[in-house]
Amino acid sequence: MTEQDWIDICSVDDLQPDSGVCALVKDKQIAVFYMPKEQAVFAINNYDPFGKANVLSRGMIGDLNGAPMVASPLYKQHFNLQTGECLDDPEVSVEAYSIRINNGRVEVSL
Amino acid sequence: MSDKQTLVVIGNGMVGQNFLVSLMESEISEQYEVVTFCEEPRPAYDRVHLTEYFSGKTADQLSMVEEGFFENNNITIHIGDKAESINLAEKLVISQQGVEIRYDKLVLATGSVPFVPPIQGKDRAKCLVYRTIEDLEAITTAAEHSKAGAVIGGGLLGLEAAKALTDLGLKTHVIQFSHRLMSAQLDDGGALLLKQKIEALGVSVHTNRNTIEIVDGEQHHNKLVFADGDELETDLVIFSAGIRPRDEIARACGLKVGQRGGIVIDNQCRTSDPDVYAIGECAVWENQVFGLVAPGYNMARTVVADLAGDAAEFEGADMSTKLKLNGVDVASIGDALANTEGCMTYTYQNGQEGIYKRLVVSGDGQKLLGAVLVGEASGYGTLLQYCLNDIDLPENPDSLILPHRSDESVGLGPDALPESAQICSCYDVSKGAVCSAIEGGCRTVADLKGETQAATGCGGCAALLKSVLDCELEKAGLEVNTDICEHFSYTRTDLYNIVMVEEIKTFDELIEKHGQGRGCEICRQAVGSILASYWNDYILEKSHLSLQDTNDTYLANMQKDGTYSVVPRMTGGEVTPDMLIALGEIAKKYGLYTKVTGGQRIDLFGARVDQLPLIWQELIDAGYESGHAYGKSLRTVKSCVGSTWCRFGVDDSVGLAVELENRYKGLRAPHKIKFAVSGCTRECAEAQGKDIGVIATEGGWNLYVCGNGGMKPRHADLFATNLDKETLIKYIDRVLIFYVRTAERLQRTSVWMENMEGGLDYLKSVVIDDKLGIGENLETQMQHVIDTYQCEWKTTIADEEKLKRFRHFINSDEQDDNVLFVEERGQIRPATEEEHQHLKIAEEA
Ligand code: SRM
Ligand SMILES: Cc1cc2nc3c(=O)[nH]c(=O)nc-3n(C[C@H](O)[C@H](O)[C@H](O)COP(=O)(O)OP(=O)(O)OC[C@H]3O[C@@H](n4cnc5c(N)ncnc54)[C@H](O)[C@@H]3O)c2cc1C
Ligand code: SF4
Ligand code: FES
Repeated sequence: MTEQDWIDICSVDDLQPDSGVCALVKDKQIAVFYMPKEQAVFAINNYDPFGKANVLSRGMIGDLNGAPMVASPLYKQHFNLQTGECLDDPEVSVEAYSIRINNGRVEVSL
Repeated sequence: MSDKQTLVVIGNGMVGQNFLVSLMESEISEQYEVVTFCEEPRPAYDRVHLTEYFSGKTADQLSMVEEGFFENNNITIHIGDKAESINLAEKLVISQQGVEIRYDKLVLATGSVPFVPPIQGKDRAKCLVYRTIEDLEAITTAAEHSKAGAVIGGGLLGLEAAKALTDLGLKTHVIQFSHRLMSAQLDDGGALLLKQKIEALGVSVHTNRNTIEIVDGEQHHNKLVFADGDELETDLVIFSAGIRPRDEIARACGLKVGQRGGIVIDNQCRTSDPDVYAIGECAVWENQVFGLVAPGYNMARTVVADLAGDAAEFEGADMSTKLKLNGVDVASIGDALANTEGCMTYTYQNGQEGIYKRLVVSGDGQKLLGAVLVGEASGYGTLLQYCLNDIDLPENPDSLILPHRSDESVGLGPDALPESAQICSCYDVSKGAVCSAIEGGCRTVADLKGETQAATGCGGCAALLKSVLDCELEKAGLEVNTDICEHFSYTRTDLYNIVMVEEIKTFDELIEKHGQGRGCEICRQAVGSILASYWNDYILEKSHLSLQDTNDTYLANMQKDGTYSVVPRMTGGEVTPDMLIALGEIAKKYGLYTKVTGGQRIDLFGARVDQLPLIWQELIDAGYESGHAYGKSLRTVKSCVGSTWCRFGVDDSVGLAVELENRYKGLRAPHKIKFAVSGCTRECAEAQGKDIGVIATEGGWNLYVCGNGGMKPRHADLFATNLDKETLIKYIDRVLIFYVRTAERLQRTSVWMENMEGGLDYLKSVVIDDKLGIGENLETQMQHVIDTYQCEWKTTIADEEKLKRFRHFINSDEQDDNVLFVEERGQIRPATEEEHQHLKIAEEA
């Protein structure tokens, strides 16, 4: 991965602690989550394949069996924030993206 | 016509209905066309709990018939129609209303009638009996203009009736023919103590009194004249001098009846005609009539088995009983009167504490034959098991009734009971059945009730059931896991107490000190709710934001397509024309779908997240506030129009609804809370279906608690009557904060109360009698919540930082292109999946 692949989204201050926001990157809706205690950021697709709506960024986050996760606000399925896998249904997953904090800026790579 | 046989059941009382249920559960039900005659104006109801009719239980609540039971099982029921005659030769039943049916099998379940001694004047006005809902209605009416009542008969039922009369506000007397109360069940010592306890309830007990005549009274409507010449004035007279089986229809058609009445049956419950059975209180078996439900249910099962060709026998029944009077513990087991030859007795008497216990033991000291317990009956379950299962007594049998010292084992552990031990006699549930239900996954008494029906009859076996459950769970190494989730090994109540005691203000602090990991949507929301109800901070503060469910974080309810609904508060459902116009204008401007909700207010749907602050700014300018439709919090206080306009209204229900809604708005709770206030008993606001319901009466407000609609509707319970407003509000404050503190997450008030040990009575004792001494503290906390109320939308709109979150993209002003509307009936609605495809294709083309 070259430095060019990282796309700037916003400042860390724009993120919501222990919660999510949605970014528009190359026509894709990306849900971005932030855990300030660990200084961790995660990015997955915002589209909820169960509820069929762009809402994952508005779910509640935390961890299940140690894996960071988001619970869909519509029907509460859990998605692994690192891999995008659905924890309740192994057949389903959403895209997960690389993301980092760089000098106070949040950057993703698709 | 089908090739099915016809089975006719005469009488739809407790046993008749139980028979129908057992029959329907059996495979043989398919072989029969079933018809039943029900003389009373309603199908079977719970006579055992009839007295609760006086404390507000309705006929519906007492019903023993599940909704749709007769329809779903194709049973024809003739309600309000009495079977008048039977023709055994032609196998015909003819009813009062002229229905004529040929039967193949006939079951008589006609019950019994109260015995009214042949006293002169027994048919005078206000001389009544105590058996049916109609009887209780007649008693209520007669009590209205009465001051005193007398119950003739001091047995189990007579005492229950006497307590009911005192509760109706009458000076009450019990007249007993023999020299002691409950003479069939208690010995002299027990009966004497019982008399004292009954008198302590305010009832005068007159023993050795033979009533010979009832005549006009001077101060009261009636006067009882006794054989010894004494007299007693009273208004009401209730006869409760035993029961007489209803055998008239059987007698008339030539079936064999007993010497002292009752339809004679054999061990299969067959009468003298092999195609005719008799069950319940109308039957006599080996010269005995059984005046309890459990033996009747037993007979019902025997008949179903006999019809199915299975071997089954009715072998008599245990007549042990407990009295159902609040504050008076009395139980009688087996041979309580020590009639068995050569038996020995042990007696324990404690005059100071009002306790009397007697054991009747076999001559060799090995087995328990009977017992009497007065004043303290907690050992009933254990002793009954010794007696019924022939369990060997411990070396010193008296240890079973002596007050136990700490190092002694107390009675019989449930572990010692054989699998066959009957735990619930009402529904014949054995310990084995309970254990297999536990193996099958039952973890609480409520689970077991649902699965096995145990403890859903008279309730006498509930304590024993619980101890079997606890013992089995412990044996299986199964501690019931009540942890809220993997992040906290605590229940919601525990967490609430921790927050209170340690004054914890944030989730991070709580999870650092008492939990593990990062949390999840379950504990975050629960803690969010606890912090909000305790501290009542602004919920979108940075430290609380991540604890809110999506609906709370956006202060709106997310809909299926990711848009939101907007519900402004309309206190009590009241709205001015100007406010209504303003709402309409705003809805029109933003193109929102508009609908009146089930909670008497107006919902606007289809708002995008970026539109929410704009819409709310306009609503607030027009005078609206947040309706908290998104929160687990107070929703609406429904009202009916009340005395202001309604010709029947007794008090200003709208005024009170508005006041209550303003008082409790914003209160966060384990689940949502709904209220309603009705202006009179017609109950147009449906207050008895709410968590808190208030109904105006001539004497003040009646308060109902813990009802709800939804998935499992529950009628609210009458909590207190004729309250002034101040007391009403005090009680509501206390009930609500007690709920907020002690309920589990997502537990509505109904489930909370039903799971509470002691139930309604306990809740009353905490709220009304302040038994825990926390009344004032509860009120103070409520006052804090009220004082710190804020309209969350108003606060949000004034805060630039907070508004940043109300946009779909953090890095763009574009909108979610997946949100698409189409028009229907003149308004928008979300496009279906199919329409999505079409619209997308059209756009691309
Ligand atoms: C809008 C409304 C339907 C309507 O168009 O009339 C509605 C809509 C919803 N109800 Fe309701 N309920 C609405 C009145 C009711 C009523 C009637 C009433 O309040 O008198 C009941 C039965 C009464 C009761 O609650 O006891 C009711 C019983 C439920 C239940 C079942 C609760 C239960 O204890 O079984 C749920 C599910 C839940 O809360 O877990 C529910 C859940 C919901 C949810 C939150 C479902 C969801 O997750 O999306 C809906 C939110 C829609 C929204 O965006 O506002 N809604 N819901 C009504 C809003 C009333 C208001 O003004 O706030
Ligand atoms: C206040 C009260 C408290 C009680 N408490 C307890 C208790 O704690 N524990 C306990 O075990 N028992 C208790 N009982 C007794 C219990 O209610 C009875 O044992 C039980 O109801 C008997 O059921 P059954 O079906 O035989 O009679 P019922 O319930 O009386 O039913 C008989 C039905 O048949 C109808 N009927 C009669 N003749 C005809 C006809 N010809 N055609 C059509 N219909 C007809 C009657 O109208 C009646 O509805 C109590 C009873 C009362 C009144
Ligand atoms: S009844 Fe069901 S569909 Fe209707 S509003 Fe309530 S939750 Fe939604
Ligand atoms: S013994 Fe009556 S409910 Fe169990």
